[in-house]
Amino acid sequence: MSFDNAYEALVEPGTTDEAHWAFGTGFADQMTGVDRAVPSDADAGNLAAYCLMLADDALVFSQRLSEWCANSPELEEDVALANIALDLLGQARLLLARAAEVAPEVRPAAAPAHVPDEDALAYFRDERDFRNVRMVEQEIGDFAVTIARLLLFSSWRLALFQRLATSRDPVLAAVAAKGCKELAYHRDHAVQWTLRLGDGTDYSHERMRAGLARVWPFQPELFTPTPVELRLAEQGIAVDPADVRSEVDNVVDTVFGAAGLERPQLPELSPVAGHAGRDGIHTELMGYLLAEMQHLARSHPQAVW
Amino acid sequence: MTGEREADTLERDFQHTVDADQRIEPRDWMPDGYRRTLVRQIAQHAHSEIIGMQPEGNWITRAPSLRRKAILLAKVQDEAGHGLYLYAATETLGAAREDLTQKLLVGKQKYSSIFNYPTLTFADVGVIGWLVDGAAICNQVPLCRTSYGPYARAMIRICKEESFHQRQGYELLMTMMGGTDEQRAMVQDAVNRWWWPSLMMFGPPDDASPNTEQSMRWRIKRHTNDELRQKFVDMTVPQAEKLGVTLPDPELRWNAERGHYDFGAPDWDEFWQVVKGNGPCNAQRVAHRNRAHEEGAWVREAAAAYAEKRARGLDRLAQQQLATGGVA
Repeated sequence: MSFDNAYEALVEPGTTDEAHWAFGTGFADQMTGVDRAVPSDADAGNLAAYCLMLADDALVFSQRLSEWCANSPELEEDVALANIALDLLGQARLLLARAAEVAPEVRPAAAPAHVPDEDALAYFRDERDFRNVRMVEQEIGDFAVTIARLLLFSSWRLALFQRLATSRDPVLAAVAAKGCKELAYHRDHAVQWTLRLGDGTDYSHERMRAGLARVWPFQPELFTPTPVELRLAEQGIAVDPADVRSEVDNVVDTVFGAAGLERPQLPELSPVAGHAGRDGIHTELMGYLLAEMQHLARSHPQAVW
Repeated sequence: MTGEREADTLERDFQHTVDADQRIEPRDWMPDGYRRTLVRQIAQHAHSEIIGMQPEGNWITRAPSLRRKAILLAKVQDEAGHGLYLYAATETLGAAREDLTQKLLVGKQKYSSIFNYPTLTFADVGVIGWLVDGAAICNQVPLCRTSYGPYARAMIRICKEESFHQRQGYELLMTMMGGTDEQRAMVQDAVNRWWWPSLMMFGPPDDASPNTEQSMRWRIKRHTNDELRQKFVDMTVPQAEKLGVTLPDPELRWNAERGHYDFGAPDWDEFWQVVKGNGPCNAQRVAHRNRAHEEGAWVREAAAAYAEKRARGLDRLAQQQLATGGVA
């Protein structure tokens, strides 16, 4: 395209490359050429359940972060938070597709056949079938809550993905390798803002402290493994989240030290009869989040978008 | 009298540069009126990008597929980026982003009136891409050759992205038209609601546009409002036919003699009502921006305080190193 006439873009010959519309031109699909075979010793149901956990964390957090668009404190922040939301949405799409690929039975029966797997899973599953941790479904909150949650979540997910990049499932390994670059940026963004808010004004320090207190009780759930994760971790396919605890603690303590913040002394949010987000037992906020996200797709199940 | 003669020479040189289709750059002399007009126009464009994030952002959390959600989120993000380039362009003219933002918040500067209309269905997302971004492109492509260099260069990038958005919008509508009857009705309904406001985006008719003549002499503007409106209609009618929608104008027909489409006049009373602040969403859009700005004040203050502390710390460090003969 020449630099003089933007009309030329309108008359460029049509492309059959679908990614062209979604992500612009000149982007290579990083999943091209990745071996999609499931490791022979892996239980497909377990692998799909694990993909859904990682996918739903990203999808639901992305949904929350996108609420900042046109609402954030600075234009630059509208751009940055939208970017992070887009990265997570991209990770969710790959993982949802992988879940349905390895275990087609995870596709909800309510989804019409023409709906792509990723949308069948995102839009036609009921709340109980979502496997995300409860931290990500919490309301958007103020900017400090958002930064506190981004700091904890991205530090945790980056540590997880760095290990997952050597997973014996080649697709998980590829998704994780791609995700590491993104998550390193997300973590950096959260760290920079934690420093600014923690060591900015007295007022911002107090808001940041309150923001951390809001999300802190949800943090232990990040490190609590489910039986599925433990089984797959033993096979070198998944990562036991308990293994990343000390690394994440290190990151967070270092940042808190530099920002003049203290590790909140708050108890863990209790599960319900031993069940939490990974088991499909969510907080009340999750139903509203899904109602908003899913209503249009469900109102027109035969529609094509 | 030397001063006056000098000013005459400067003005003559300026107009000479403009007439030769060369660019005026930030350090060049320029008439005050030229500078004022540019700041007003670029700021209004920047504000339009920022306010325009709201009607489309309205559908991000409800987008009916993940692919559409990604496209929409990226598009609204681009608009924030456009706002940033444009505010940066005004800064080359001596304006301050903070000051312009304040003028938007208190209603002293305007933004494109189109964004005072509501987005009621997901088809509106497609129609905004097709018609509103399409009209914006018609307005903006000539600005890639506008006389002020930084503005022209910002517009080249913006136009490329707007063209992309327009195609994405049109592709969404094409997909929806290939879907269910309800979807087709949704698209037609959105076209009915957005057609006339899109035509109004080119501004009042030439005989009611007092600034056009001077702006054209300065080559800030290169076509009149009515010329651009005609170009837009000519470009859009075949696209509507291909899409399978009807444009809601009984007077719309091809005029072989003129080689252009004839079309009806928009409701200019409604246009002025919306410009004056009485559109369906004027109060909502400005209140939204004010709320976001106010709620973010403590964050901006914290960032400024933190930056100042760091700068002081670095200064102290440098002084210590100078005093002790240490090296950084």
